[in-house]
Amino acid sequence: MKKSWVAYPYVVWMIMFIVVPLILIIFYGTVRTTPQGMEFTLEHFKRFFEPLYIMVLVRSLYLAFICTIVCLLLGYPVSMILASKEYRDKKILIFLMVIPMWMNFLLRTYAWLTLLEKNGIINTLISFIGLPKMDLLYNQWAVVLGMVYNFLPFMVLPIYSVLIKIDKSIIEAAEDLGANSRTVFRKVIFPLSLPGVVSGITMVFMPAVTTFVISRLLGGGQFLLIGNLIEELFLKSGEWGFGSALSIIMMILILFSMAIMSRYEKENEGGGLL
Amino acid sequence: MSYETINLIDVSKTFDDTLVLDNINLYIRRNEFLTLLGPSGCGKTTTLRIIGGFEEPTTGKVLFEGKDITHVPPYKRKVNTVFQRYALFPHMNVEENIAFGLNIKKISKNIIEEKVKNMLGLVNLRGFEKRTVDSLSGGQQQRVAIARALVNEPEVLLLDEPLGALDLKLRKGMQIELKNIQQKLGITFVYVTHDQEEALTMSDTIVVMNEGHIQQIGSPIDIYNEPKNAFVADFIGESNIVNGIMIEDYVVDFGGYIFRCLDSGFGEKEKVDVVVRPEDIKLVPPEQGMLKGRVLSVIFKGVHYEMMIESNGIIWKVHSTLMEPVDTIVGINIFPDDIHIMKKVMVS
Amino acid sequence: MMRHLKRLYIGIVFFFLYAPILILMIFSFNKSRYMSKWDGFSLKWYADLFSDRDIMSALYYTLLIAVLSTIIATVIGLITAIGIHDMNKLGKGIMVNISYLPILNPDIVTGISLMMLFVFMKLELGFLTLLLAHITFNVPYVIFSILPKLRQMNKHLYEAALDLGATPFYAFRKVILPEIMPGVVTGMILAFTLSIDDFVISYFTTGAGVSNLSIIIYSMARVGIKPTINALSTLLFISVLLLLLIVNKRTSNNNGKEKVI
Repeated sequence: MKKSWVAYPYVVWMIMFIVVPLILIIFYGTVRTTPQGMEFTLEHFKRFFEPLYIMVLVRSLYLAFICTIVCLLLGYPVSMILASKEYRDKKILIFLMVIPMWMNFLLRTYAWLTLLEKNGIINTLISFIGLPKMDLLYNQWAVVLGMVYNFLPFMVLPIYSVLIKIDKSIIEAAEDLGANSRTVFRKVIFPLSLPGVVSGITMVFMPAVTTFVISRLLGGGQFLLIGNLIEELFLKSGEWGFGSALSIIMMILILFSMAIMSRYEKENEGGGLL
Repeated sequence: MSYETINLIDVSKTFDDTLVLDNINLYIRRNEFLTLLGPSGCGKTTTLRIIGGFEEPTTGKVLFEGKDITHVPPYKRKVNTVFQRYALFPHMNVEENIAFGLNIKKISKNIIEEKVKNMLGLVNLRGFEKRTVDSLSGGQQQRVAIARALVNEPEVLLLDEPLGALDLKLRKGMQIELKNIQQKLGITFVYVTHDQEEALTMSDTIVVMNEGHIQQIGSPIDIYNEPKNAFVADFIGESNIVNGIMIEDYVVDFGGYIFRCLDSGFGEKEKVDVVVRPEDIKLVPPEQGMLKGRVLSVIFKGVHYEMMIESNGIIWKVHSTLMEPVDTIVGINIFPDDIHIMKKVMVS
Repeated sequence: MMRHLKRLYIGIVFFFLYAPILILMIFSFNKSRYMSKWDGFSLKWYADLFSDRDIMSALYYTLLIAVLSTIIATVIGLITAIGIHDMNKLGKGIMVNISYLPILNPDIVTGISLMMLFVFMKLELGFLTLLLAHITFNVPYVIFSILPKLRQMNKHLYEAALDLGATPFYAFRKVILPEIMPGVVTGMILAFTLSIDDFVISYFTTGAGVSNLSIIIYSMARVGIKPTINALSTLLFISVLLLLLIVNKRTSNNNGKEKVI
């Protein structure tokens, strides 16, 4: 009894709304209109290599990288503490960790806008203890802060879910063989948690590198990331060609790093690391 | 150096208000193969974990060669453990697993390599050095776990139901192999199992436990032949346990007949438990029997037949190589040295 | 000592996660429009919120799009998952990989590619295009929630039902559907929340007059602080919290262990 034909309507939908749009991006990214009609061109990609645009990419990668590192350093201990047996109420704590993720992320970002602005709470507190008000908003650190705030749970949860699955007797075995708690962490817990770390890094880095909302709201106009550039090209200046080229570059970047990450994860599963 | 390696003195342990070990006193001699035997939940694993340092006793002390090690963490004890489900490090290969303990001690690479090689030879795993742990069969993983513990040359090796996950045939093989390893290396083994046959085959000393108490300590032969109470008798091998009354020294009344026995020192008319092994009941023609009974059922068990025989309202389990058909009337004889009399104890 | 340090650390992290939201909520009751000082309790921003026609229409569109796209995506996803499950290896591989694209691709790329398609097709950007976009990114999540359940299912169940005289449709309704229901529900919840929460794709695929809440918040926040947004956040936060509690309670009652996060 083959029922595979029932999937055919979606095949049409898929081609229409997933495949064709991607072809359109590639089309616009590699074509220019001349008085004679359309012709193939790589000029959009060449334009990307102008220092101005390379800087945008570098900045995007740099801020996303910083955000990922901060999330890792901040989040790993959280996962470890939550996974340790000391907390009986860990279900509630994990639930609390999840709730902010369900909150509209524009609102989460907006919340920081209100905290950091010139007349916001933090500046009020600063001036209360007699210091001059500071420009907390509209710089790259505000953008990183917003990213960390939004994406921290994406780091904590995958690491936590790997840590909680580690067999307690493996840790006892390491202790039995003479490892103190530092050695147990270094040689057993950390290596075993690497798959969680890898997916945490993926889940934080990817949205951080492509965001345009956080950088627009907290970075103001001047901290242009690649996402903001694409937004402007499509919605303001209407330069679809260059915008498409940038989208292709971004897509390749993401799919490429996904591939590296998933390959790394697979290698790791088989053991042999460290 | 003392003759006793490990001493447990008045050890009790409670988990969340449940008493799991009640005042355990036990010494373990150097180089012996000691087995903690009992049904699940009897406290045998907890006892082992206290010796290993994974649990601290609520009260009481643990001595290692005379020194108090009650609060010494596991990584500072000269004791190693083979865990129930092996607990091999999944991210390391066979060699790295075995070398783990040695690497921590910062021994030179050559010596580590040498020792790992020897160990792999001992457990018959030469050539498996670079294999990943999950590519091994259960039996092979078991050997790695043993090698990983033994390579550290512990004074005492703790084994927590190490053969529990293996199939019957593999188990039998590993039992002999473990015993050989223990005799070859001359290390003290403390072995936890719920399988009485395994305990009888391998041990020098068996400690029978139930509900946090030690029921009996003794050699396999002692425990099998002279069980101290009905629980031990029932747990070690199959038994008929019936109520009886001591008439006087060497005379006991049970099952509707007055038997001669070898036991004395009970009170007159004292109620006792009488234990008779199924293979110790002799079937004879009805007119020659001390008791008469009717065969209720017969099951062929391979080497022998197992028959249930009813006599005076008591159902006797009898093992015999000769089969009596169902509904036959048979005579039952039980001789004095096959009758074990035990004081009544409360076994819940 | 270590114990207290750990507790302190967890406390600080949770403070970091919750303080901004809580401050936002507290100041939604502030009389003043500035968040630097407390001017007294007031519900005026809530009153403003409910009389703001833009916000109310955005709320309407958000819910309408979420409900419609969830229903349509669930139906398409359910049927398609069953079809994919019956495909040979090659067909399955192609279907799964292409359906994965919208999940893997950055939202912004999905957004602009759909926008280009709609413009190319001369569809006017608005309600219809928004709905089509939401269905497009929801269907894969439904499919990938249902496929594992189909894989776990004993493949002889369906045949057994037919053997006992059930028509294919009856067998589907009475045997297959109950087996894969948990996957269908997960997919639905996922689709609904993704749709409600989406900003990036909606931002590129809608047109004048049709906005969802995310878009309204974005355009208001770009201009500056507006306490009506605080009031809106408070209401949204509380409804999300209630919804999560209900879902959590329901699933933990149903199967003890499994938890919808």
